[in-house]
Amino acid sequence: MPCIVENYDICVVGAGHAGCEAALAAARLGYETMLFTISVDSIALMPCNPNIGGTSKGHLVREIDALGGEMGKNIDKTFIQSKMLNKSKGPAVHSLRAQADKAAYSMEMRKTLYKQKHLTLKQAEVSEILTEGKTGNDTIVGLKTVSGGTYYCKAVILCTGTYLKARCLTGEMITHTGPNGLQAANYLSESLKNLGVEMYRFKTGTPARIDKNSIDFSKMTEQFGDERIVPFSFSTNPEDIQKNQVSCWLTYTNEKTHEVIRNNLSRSPLFSGMIEGTGPRYCPSIEDKVVKFADKEKHQVFIEPEGINTNEMYIAGMSSSLPEDVQYQMYRSVPGLEHAKIVRNAYAIEYDCINPNQLQLSLEFKKIKGLFCGGQFNGSSGYEEAAAQGLIAGINACMQIQGREPLILDRSEAYIGVLIDDLVTKENHEPYRMMTSRAEYRLILRQDNADLRLTKRGYEVGLISKERFDSLLEKEKMIEEELKRIQKVMVGANQNVQAFLHSCGSIPLNTGTSLVELIRRPELNYDLLEPIDKARKPLPFDVREQVNILVKYEGYITRQMKQVEQFKKLEKKKLPKGLDYNDIHGLRIEAVQKLNLLKPMSIGQASRISGVSPADISVILVYLEQFYYKKQ
Amino acid sequence: MKTDTIAAIATSMTNSGIGIVRISGEEAVKAAEKVVQLKENKKLSDCPSHTIHYGFVKDEDKIVDEVMVLLMKAPRSYTREDTVEIDCHGGILVMNQILDIVLKNGVRPAEPGEFTKRAFLNGRIDLAQAESVIDVINAKNDFALKASMNQLSGSVSAVIKKIRADILHEIAFIESAIDDPEHYQLLDYGEALLDKVNQLLNEILTLLKNADNGRILKEGIHTVIVGKPNSGKSSLLNLLVGKERAIVTDIAGTTRDAIEEQIRLNGISLNVIDTAGIHNTDDVVEKIGVDKSKKYIEDCDLVIYVVDASLPLDSDDMKIIEMIKNRNVIVLLNKSDLNQKVSEDEIHRHLQKEILSISAKYGNGVNDLERMIEQMFFHGKIRMNDEVYITNTRHKASLQEAKKSLLLVKKSIEDGLPEDFYSIDLMNSYEELGKILGESVEDDLVNEIFRKFCMGK
Repeated sequence: MPCIVENYDICVVGAGHAGCEAALAAARLGYETMLFTISVDSIALMPCNPNIGGTSKGHLVREIDALGGEMGKNIDKTFIQSKMLNKSKGPAVHSLRAQADKAAYSMEMRKTLYKQKHLTLKQAEVSEILTEGKTGNDTIVGLKTVSGGTYYCKAVILCTGTYLKARCLTGEMITHTGPNGLQAANYLSESLKNLGVEMYRFKTGTPARIDKNSIDFSKMTEQFGDERIVPFSFSTNPEDIQKNQVSCWLTYTNEKTHEVIRNNLSRSPLFSGMIEGTGPRYCPSIEDKVVKFADKEKHQVFIEPEGINTNEMYIAGMSSSLPEDVQYQMYRSVPGLEHAKIVRNAYAIEYDCINPNQLQLSLEFKKIKGLFCGGQFNGSSGYEEAAAQGLIAGINACMQIQGREPLILDRSEAYIGVLIDDLVTKENHEPYRMMTSRAEYRLILRQDNADLRLTKRGYEVGLISKERFDSLLEKEKMIEEELKRIQKVMVGANQNVQAFLHSCGSIPLNTGTSLVELIRRPELNYDLLEPIDKARKPLPFDVREQVNILVKYEGYITRQMKQVEQFKKLEKKKLPKGLDYNDIHGLRIEAVQKLNLLKPMSIGQASRISGVSPADISVILVYLEQFYYKKQ
Repeated sequence: MKTDTIAAIATSMTNSGIGIVRISGEEAVKAAEKVVQLKENKKLSDCPSHTIHYGFVKDEDKIVDEVMVLLMKAPRSYTREDTVEIDCHGGILVMNQILDIVLKNGVRPAEPGEFTKRAFLNGRIDLAQAESVIDVINAKNDFALKASMNQLSGSVSAVIKKIRADILHEIAFIESAIDDPEHYQLLDYGEALLDKVNQLLNEILTLLKNADNGRILKEGIHTVIVGKPNSGKSSLLNLLVGKERAIVTDIAGTTRDAIEEQIRLNGISLNVIDTAGIHNTDDVVEKIGVDKSKKYIEDCDLVIYVVDASLPLDSDDMKIIEMIKNRNVIVLLNKSDLNQKVSEDEIHRHLQKEILSISAKYGNGVNDLERMIEQMFFHGKIRMNDEVYITNTRHKASLQEAKKSLLLVKKSIEDGLPEDFYSIDLMNSYEELGKILGESVEDDLVNEIFRKFCMGK
């Protein structure tokens, strides 16, 4: 039977949040890119929660944007409510979160893809990866679709999300479908296994969607967005996105809800043993919560709109795999949901993903040259985590074709660096979610300075325009100059100043002091002190914000910078590729096994592998000196 | 790998004539300047390399010791880094005190084999020696690790574990509230944490005080009491323990055949093991006991051989003498209250060691024994395990760091900084305390968050 044969530079499998970023990056860098999806109607689909960002995830979106990705721009166009979380806490943990109009989000991304030069969209299920060379040392040549089409290319990026051998469960009812009833991808897993790829089976879940006309909002607390909306993208003008916002609503489960759940646990596939996959601990099903935290009398439930043109409301906090009839009892026990009409049932979903320890930090498979991957396929979870990996995988596929070094962000440069390093280096037994506590240098990795940290990298890669880069340099310069200026500004203990301090609720001065000292007082900040800083020139908000943070938290930031310096030294000590750790005399057996399996890039990465001790690291360091000496 | 500055006692831990505290790294000279005041107020940094200077080590205003300071500038030193050696009067106490002061000045304790490692990494040692460097690192690490685990007394590790658990709980709470701010709020949390931190600080201060008294570790001269059955070994032990009433630890269940006690004699700690009696036996159970005794004899610093002087020496005594003849031994002719069948001269013919007559039953001669042990120790005849002191120093440094971090938490709270700053220093102190137990952090926090707090969408 004659079949289609086509040639591309790069093929991306899956058009979710990872796939869209990967494909856009590749096409924007000028490579002929083919993006496969099982359903063109479901591009950048949000099959679970209707929001983008949140704690630490908001940081990821900012970083994606600073590198030249799309997610931040897309949510700025389609959000219906926006909130900066943790505003009462330190700047490092401020996190932006926006409620999305899901349909609009998907449609906007689709438009962007269609407008993109060098990018082709194709609705097809990919069934086979084509390689040449020996197993364990393969090189990508292309892929095949179920219909027999062959697509030759230089790199393949797998972003299959939760579709591989997907199975959805609602009580006793099982369907072999992907999220939202979409078709699953049933062939690719086998092809990967034949290439020697180690697969995991993970699970996750989603709550029901309820018709808003059946909800009594008077029994709930209204949750508003922020008065002043902050955009995700550094290139979005804040003035352009101030608009009327839609509210969310807060209610609670109660003893009756918990009783319904407890009485029906045997019918939950999570507890009956029907589900084999490992679920994420941070978004437990309501069954899990009731069992694990049995002493809690109630759990929060947020009712969130799924968009402007839909009646569906997302019931955050109550994901479940209980049967349909139990779901009705359970949801209707919650105040305000007594007459709830369920539009879509809650369900749990199981899918194939890989053990990400098989990847390099560039997100390329160690043993298959040209095969990159990102998103839930790598054992992560969340739209933002997916998009971040997709972007990096996309960039690095291009870097490889260009013969350039891959873009690898380390743990001190970006949450993206922490995310990928954790996935690739550490043992991971559940869908991985970003958390601010995973970033050891979080005072430096703030969402407010993502552009200062990463725009240069995006420019070097080729995804950031000269114009945007220049404006960043300008911003850097303004910050630096203002910091220098205020170091020298002295404030005398005169009547004017004392009256001013009094009006701010701040204690008066004994003697003159520097402006910088005053900024550090908890009740004061850079902007507040304008009246007693006569020589101040008007500066943009984002410049003033940086100056304030850098002065206020200088002590802490300096300390963390010192730690980063130590950290960098170990990251810079590269380990030779193809090093056989059996050859190193003095390593413990456990360390040899782990090191041979993970093949870390640097001493720093090696030191983060569980089972590799500081003594092992010393031994490797000594060996390395010998190695490089002999080479000379 | 690291270029921070390290220090350790470079000589063995005995009361020999002279002791050396070695400092190496970029800040070595600066640290030494803070610790040692040179004659005529010379500045060490102005002095040429490879010169020696006279001065005083001061702890605040109190003079600790008069010392000679040897300056070796990079790269002409063992480690090829700036190195300062403080030659002091070699008392254990003095050396430790000087090291402590050095460590308070931006220097951390050296890891096992670290001077050698640096020497190698800086190209000081040639490649032929590299393999042996690895062995040194490994051996010292293994030993230190073992030492670290074994020497930490059970009650101390329990206290540290509890402090760590408390700290982790607080961090997990803060982090949960940061991660899921709509679920966990930190209202007035600073005040509550301040109380907690004060309490933890007190606990750490107590540990530090104990560390100074040398009570954290099962340190001391490892002493083994041997002798035939019924020669009076246990009475002797009871006498020593009973008289001093200074049992620090009583390690139960060591073995069914050996009892270990810690005794303090005028400032010297003894770890005394009362062994099973040694005699020729076919009884399997008892034989195991005898084999163990032999092992103890090989590992100990001092053997006290108790002879029942009311009975003539026999072949079992000869076996014991054979086993102990190359060790530090004090022979006790016990039962001096009874008719003497064994004389000092007779023992001397077989074993040229110190001999004392005692009566464990009536307590005669025990003071002589104590004096003898003291003398042997202060004359350096008995050496004790160096590693114990080194471990103690490291533990103390970790406790100091943990304390420092908690003080920073306190300061952050008092300065009104946001809560996410607290968890940074709390984590540091958690990590430092982990070093004492030989535990790293890894996924502790994330696990604690999910275990204790109900998170997520």
